[in-house]
Amino acid sequence: MTRQRATTRGRANDEPPAGNASASRVHKAFHDLRYGPAPEGDQAATEWLEGGERVFGHYIGGSWIDGAGSIRQTRCPADGRLLASFNDGTTDDVDRAVSAAEEALGPWQEIGGHARARHLYRLARRLQKRSRLFAVVESLDNGKPVRESRDLDIPLAIRHFYHHAGWAELAPSEFPGYEPVGVVGQIIPWNFPLLMLAWKVAPALAAGCTVVLKPAEYTPLSALLFAEVAHEAGLPPGVLNVVTGDGATGVAVVRHPGTAKIAFTGSTEVGREIRRVTAGTGKHLSLELGGKSPFVVFDSADLDAAVEGVVDGVWFNQGQVCCAGSRLLVQESVEAEMLDRLRARMETIRVGHPLDKAIDMGAIVDRVQMDRVQGYLEAGRADGAEIWQPDRPLPQDGLFLPPTLCTGAPPSSTIVTEEIFGPVLVSLTFRTPAEAVALANDTRYGLAASIWTEDMSLALDVAPGIKAGTVWVNCTNMFDAASGFGGYRESGFGREGGREGMWEYLKPVAEKPGGRVATEPAASESPAAVEAPPVAVPPSVLGPMSASPAPSRDRIDRTRKLWIAGKQARPDGGYSLPVADATGAVYAEAPRGNRKDVRNAVEAAAQARAKWAQQSGHLRAQILYYVAENLAVRREELAHTLGRATGADAGAARADVDAAVQSLFTFAAWADKYDGSVHSTPFRNVTFAMNEPVGTIGIRCADHAPLAGVIGPVAAALSQGNVAVVVVSERCPIPALDLVQVMETSDVPPGTVNMLSGIHGEVVPTLAAHDDVDQLWDFVADDLSGDSERLSAGNLKRVWVDREGVVNWLEMTRRDTEMLLRKGTRVKNIWVPYGV
Amino acid sequence: MVVRESATSVGYGPGRHEATATAHPRNPGAPLDLKAVRDVRVNRFAADHRARTLTTRRSVKRDSQAGWLLRAVTMIDLTTLAGDDTAGRVRRLCGKARRPVRTDILAVLGVPPAEIRAAAVCVYHALVPTACEALGGSGVPVAAVSTGFPAGLSPFATRIAEIRESVAAGAEEVDVVITRGSVLGGGWERLYDEVAGFREACGDAHIKVILATGELGTLANVKRAATVAMMAGADFVKTSTGKESVNATLPVGIVLARAIRDYHRATGVRVGLKAAGGLKTARDALAWLILVKEELGDAWMDPRLFRIGASSLLADIERQLEHHVTGRYSAFHRHPLG
Repeated sequence: MTRQRATTRGRANDEPPAGNASASRVHKAFHDLRYGPAPEGDQAATEWLEGGERVFGHYIGGSWIDGAGSIRQTRCPADGRLLASFNDGTTDDVDRAVSAAEEALGPWQEIGGHARARHLYRLARRLQKRSRLFAVVESLDNGKPVRESRDLDIPLAIRHFYHHAGWAELAPSEFPGYEPVGVVGQIIPWNFPLLMLAWKVAPALAAGCTVVLKPAEYTPLSALLFAEVAHEAGLPPGVLNVVTGDGATGVAVVRHPGTAKIAFTGSTEVGREIRRVTAGTGKHLSLELGGKSPFVVFDSADLDAAVEGVVDGVWFNQGQVCCAGSRLLVQESVEAEMLDRLRARMETIRVGHPLDKAIDMGAIVDRVQMDRVQGYLEAGRADGAEIWQPDRPLPQDGLFLPPTLCTGAPPSSTIVTEEIFGPVLVSLTFRTPAEAVALANDTRYGLAASIWTEDMSLALDVAPGIKAGTVWVNCTNMFDAASGFGGYRESGFGREGGREGMWEYLKPVAEKPGGRVATEPAASESPAAVEAPPVAVPPSVLGPMSASPAPSRDRIDRTRKLWIAGKQARPDGGYSLPVADATGAVYAEAPRGNRKDVRNAVEAAAQARAKWAQQSGHLRAQILYYVAENLAVRREELAHTLGRATGADAGAARADVDAAVQSLFTFAAWADKYDGSVHSTPFRNVTFAMNEPVGTIGIRCADHAPLAGVIGPVAAALSQGNVAVVVVSERCPIPALDLVQVMETSDVPPGTVNMLSGIHGEVVPTLAAHDDVDQLWDFVADDLSGDSERLSAGNLKRVWVDREGVVNWLEMTRRDTEMLLRKGTRVKNIWVPYGV
Repeated sequence: MVVRESATSVGYGPGRHEATATAHPRNPGAPLDLKAVRDVRVNRFAADHRARTLTTRRSVKRDSQAGWLLRAVTMIDLTTLAGDDTAGRVRRLCGKARRPVRTDILAVLGVPPAEIRAAAVCVYHALVPTACEALGGSGVPVAAVSTGFPAGLSPFATRIAEIRESVAAGAEEVDVVITRGSVLGGGWERLYDEVAGFREACGDAHIKVILATGELGTLANVKRAATVAMMAGADFVKTSTGKESVNATLPVGIVLARAIRDYHRATGVRVGLKAAGGLKTARDALAWLILVKEELGDAWMDPRLFRIGASSLLADIERQLEHHVTGRYSAFHRHPLG
């Protein structure tokens, strides 16, 4: 099927002369001063739809392919008119699309950054030239006011392509040591169809990836129009493929072995499922999920401005916005005044047909969504909330909801805790800034927040305290391609936009195999020995304590313990594991941690978290240097331990210790130097991109480099203000456990680092599933890593499995260091507009 | 209240929030509430943002637009404030005020000419008698700029005397300027006393207090100054003299509207808003009308509560009205000069 190009004819400029009926309307308008109809023409959009007889296929490999799947229709939610029909993409369709993308991948990378920049620039230009058609199509399909699609969705989408034309040009030089991840599967939602397409497609193409895009089943049209425009613009076949369909098609994209990365924007529940499905596959993943974003109004705010902010915050796009400021937290002293003003403002909100240029709110995207929102309202009412809506008539036909304010809801009510994704604002009060932060963070989500106060000291105190990827001070729903957008917690991970967004489409170029030198077990030189663990008899076979080290008459028996909350702790289970040296002889015992030890360690880390995060970089560096100092003093002893554990010769063992000392110096150095940035966003404001600590990081250590491989990630985590729960190497735990004495004497605050040994299969899953662990680093990369990824879906902690073994702990490169610092931080963008 | 009666005789229907459209109560003023003045908080970015989006959120087209533009005409204080103003110039302007739009255009629009006249004619003191004579019987009041307009830095007694003389000469409205230094120096009592003094000198004449917002430095100062002026009894707060380098901007309009709204919330009294300076196109006029409707409500969509001080604006509105009637874009020379 070949779609015709839309022939857009201009509407006649000359308006017809006024007639008699018109005259009476003029006189009436003179007296009542109402807004008359101000419709945006839909002729061009209709012509475009008719040009393809209102039937769409998939866009695969540069051609339009008739779909074989069941037929689906998309309708305008404001009036129910049929817009077009399209197919649910089948696994075969997805397979074809992935193949096309795979085929296009090589040439797309070979043409280089500059050529890709030209393509992206051309896409931006082509979009711009057809911006009104896109706006009208978007509003018809989604139901959003044409004002929004015209002034926000489409211009922002265009801006993304311009911005990323820049990244295409710069990526080869700005991201040395990285390459594109490959074929990317992208699944986008229905609330900002073209904008979400731009957020996904632009960085992917800029990085050198090729794309299989699945638009939402309610709103496929702008993506199909985009495919047409991209085709016209000469984007090489297969670089962008669009397969329409519902969730089943999305699943096919996610499961397809050919997609190296999945980028998803949508609900947290679906995001969780995608996390589970991709677990263990090695697919890269970025998720931009739901939110219940706080909108915090202090008594020092310009209340009228804050009221307008609420309008922009929660009634933008009928509230169908992932970052909608749907939880109003207002200081008790101004609550009455704020709500009073807000209700008055709500009376003037106009709800109407999306193509009417004088409305504030359009239609809800689909009956299903409308029913869902009304269900929440009923539940809220049942919970005792007062539901207030302005007394204005809504359009009769179509799916419309008025702006809604809920007060007096108990904090446990679902209207307070759940993302409603509709025009519903819930209001709560607070007394102090600390309470405001506590309430703001009392949610599983962490996408965005808005803070209103004229007191900048207050704003800049509160902004870092709120767990959210974006914080808007005295503004809301501000977006720009130069500033990354993405969540904390169950709002997902990864950023879209800016430099931080580009990382999501790049992966480190893996070292050549064998590049990793090591204090790996000496026996590893023989291939057979690699598979045999240095533990002579696997504990799981023998059972605990069945192989104790042979007592040595002239040595005092040595007991290694776990290190939890700054204390050496015996394992909860009361078992130890025999540890064998490189020759297979059992020479020591290690405590066998269990799930309760994990619980205790995570608890201790949580206790230490806030304080450590607030320490200055200078102080964190001092402690890391001190650890290095004390480690260096024990160089010979630790080298000896390493030699015993791994069979490494004295030189190699010392090199491991020295590498550990050096990584402490390296990350101490970075503690006060891994600065954030200020983005160049095109508004009169400062957009701070702050590198914030992730929180509690679980670290699963590799067997090779049993010392440097522990110290390295711990130092990286600590330097950026994180706390760590470390699961040391299963095979070679002793050198790591001996580090406890070093850290104990180096002013490492209790709980900041916690060390666990044991059988990884017994402790790592508990850590991976723990809801108070914010990230997991896995340097082992085995089947258990896949399990961890699956288990992480509970709280959607990001799991980093170094599957390619890119980090060389013994000889860290600039790239490795930067990667660890980046993994150990999350970018929070704080928008602070200014002016007098 | 002669002026008001003639204005009501034009016959505006009741506003959405107002049951009656009879004589509009004047602002009796209120004690100076320093706390309210000092608590003022205005966020510039948010005001700018609101100003930017007000006119994209609302659109008035075709017949509605023609109706709105005619209403805008009735809100104009036709103004001439130049050193070379003469009796002849002022008489011509008054003629335009009596009949601002060609009657053939009004006929096609179906609006009786009696309903369309300017809100006032605004001149310097020396031309008040000429204007009063030229407007006699039209119901269009004469407004005098006063108190050492535009800088307002002549002796207080002189300024008071100037008001009295203009009122004696027949001015029914007086546009006074404030001492900007009182705002910039935080002299709120001084400002209050000054405006209260002006108000007293005005007697029955309505007082429009020009804040010269372009010279007040910050939007917060604009709101504070407006608040004090209203407490001191202003019937209108007015953006500018037209002589400052920055005149009536939409963000300033928003801030003034919100000050008026707050005063209404606190006292139940409706104070008027006058935008002056820089409004040149029909589009500007529509933007201000949208601002007033959205921020203040329909009660203010009335010449008793909203004025536009302008000289060239009317000509552009006339062109747009003719375009509405003929379907052809119009030219300035097709409309009688004001």
